[in-house]
Amino acid sequence: MDISIVNNDFYLSGIATLVDDIDKQLMVILRDGRTLIAFLRSLDQFGNLVLHQAFERICVGQQYADIPRGLFVIRGENVLLIGELDYRKPLRVPLFEVSIEEILKLQKEDLEKKERIEKLRQKAMVEHGLVDDGNPIEEHY
Amino acid sequence: MLFYSFFKSLVGKEVVIELKNDLSIAGILHSVDQYLNVKLTEVQVLDPEKYPHIQSVTSAFVRGSVIRYIQLPPDDVDTQLLQEATRKEVTQPRKE
Repeated sequence: MDISIVNNDFYLSGIATLVDDIDKQLMVILRDGRTLIAFLRSLDQFGNLVLHQAFERICVGQQYADIPRGLFVIRGENVLLIGELDYRKPLRVPLFEVSIEEILKLQKEDLEKKERIEKLRQKAMVEHGLVDDGNPIEEHY
Repeated sequence: MLFYSFFKSLVGKEVVIELKNDLSIAGILHSVDQYLNVKLTEVQVLDPEKYPHIQSVTSAFVRGSVIRYIQLPPDDVDTQLLQEATRKEVTQPRKE
């Protein structure tokens, strides 16, 4: 087999494979860390998406809640992953649904904790004469 | 196009994809395109404690630009062939 020869047989590849997933409920993970669960209504060759009846799933530890967000048009570059869901798939780590108020409170606490750790890390790095290169996912696009 | 062809030869094999946000997912390589966007089936998250909400994902489309590494099954990579293909690509640029 010669792998330097590109097989030009027509088959759906890349973003075109998502055409099969139109009108299905999908999980979309964005570059800013947000997770949306929504019906895929449309897409184009750049991976721009139209998501309908979107819920933002906030997950802290093993608790989660879904916040209704409505309609999204997402520019393709902000998409990390588009996943098909199967709720019958066995979970290795169980998840428990909580109220929106509760998850927002948990998320706030979690964020504050992370910020404290980040501040300590930055301080330690500066003390050792190192320069922080920031968040890699925001930097290298 | 070399790496595109290379990844196409690995379709059907199990790979692990590490994203730039440190999320790692294992799955069967279903398809790949010219941007190295990758589609996986039979997805498993490698760190379900950190990303429990991604556990119910069965198949996933991952945008090529957010991938940091793709771990390949070593037995399915013919480095000799890859070297030859690289040499060929360098010495005989494609006519367009």
